[in-house]
Amino acid sequence: MIKGRFKKEGGERSQKINTASLPDIIFMLLFFFMVTTTMRETTLFVRNTLPSATEIQKLERKSLVSFIYIGPPMQSNIFGTEPRIQLNDAFANLNEIASFVEAERQARPEAERPLMITSMKIDRETKMGIVTDVKQELRLVNALNINYSTVRGEVRVQ
Amino acid sequence: MARMTPEINAGSMADIAFLLLIFFLVTTTMDVDTGLRRLLPPPIDPNAPPPPPVRERNVFVVLVDQNDRLLVEGELGNIRTLREQTKNFLLNPNNDPTMPVREMRQIDNLGEVEVSRGVISLQNDRGTSYEMYVAVQNELAAAINDIRDEVAREHFGVRFEQLTDQDLVRAIREAVPMAISEAEPKDIGGR
Repeated sequence: MIKGRFKKEGGERSQKINTASLPDIIFMLLFFFMVTTTMRETTLFVRNTLPSATEIQKLERKSLVSFIYIGPPMQSNIFGTEPRIQLNDAFANLNEIASFVEAERQARPEAERPLMITSMKIDRETKMGIVTDVKQELRLVNALNINYSTVRGEVRVQ
Repeated sequence: MARMTPEINAGSMADIAFLLLIFFLVTTTMDVDTGLRRLLPPPIDPNAPPPPPVRERNVFVVLVDQNDRLLVEGELGNIRTLREQTKNFLLNPNNDPTMPVREMRQIDNLGEVEVSRGVISLQNDRGTSYEMYVAVQNELAAAINDIRDEVAREHFGVRFEQLTDQDLVRAIREAVPMAISEAEPKDIGGR
């Protein structure tokens, strides 16, 4: 009697799950990611462990932000361990910053140019010497709006 | 003969969508850039007259050396006490004659408020580590934000970052300016 109660009526046929709505679910996920994310633009050649800070602000409007990366090269066996500057997809020298800023300006509509921000993504182990040099270059081309890129977190020193 | 509605096999639709989904997951980033916003001083015009000197009692000197040691107002400092020291300096609660002058100023939406004339002067060495520099910048900003919070609470009952009205934000910014000045780098050892 117990056996009879628990035995399946239709024998051993496998049940078919209706997958008609699966594409819709996946598309929904897809659109979610398309809206919330942005395209990765550059490949990093320098190590970029950002320092942490508590008093940080979000950078609204990513289209106004241009990035300067500074840090020790990833392929240290080829490029050494001295921190280098990376602009777009290549290593750069200090004197290329002016033309980089000018190119970034030209790429934006004229009305938005005064609002542009230069975000400096600098590895935490970098010394201030190279950072100061970059800042001086930025001052010379009047790119005065800068951002020291940091992650949220408690400040830890020593 | 009745026309049959042709049925499209949608079985592979999910696979296509998955493929697109994975493509976007790989090529995009989600992180919003965050950081400390600063305004650099404009380049110096060599012909311009030198700026009027700031009175010494109004300047809070913070030096960071190549070994990441702090020198605050001529004394060895600590990053953990820097915030309190800065706040104490800017507010000058005891009217100490060696600390900055406060003056009454009329500000829209706030009325008569006391504005500190204090300026923080930050100077670093070429050998200072970036992490230490950011830590110091962060503590100085934290001190100013704390004071802004206090003023905002006193006048509007909310914290500074909770203010939504841009006019009120501007008023607080004027009452407690972010006065961090960085010294011109001194070229000692050359590049």
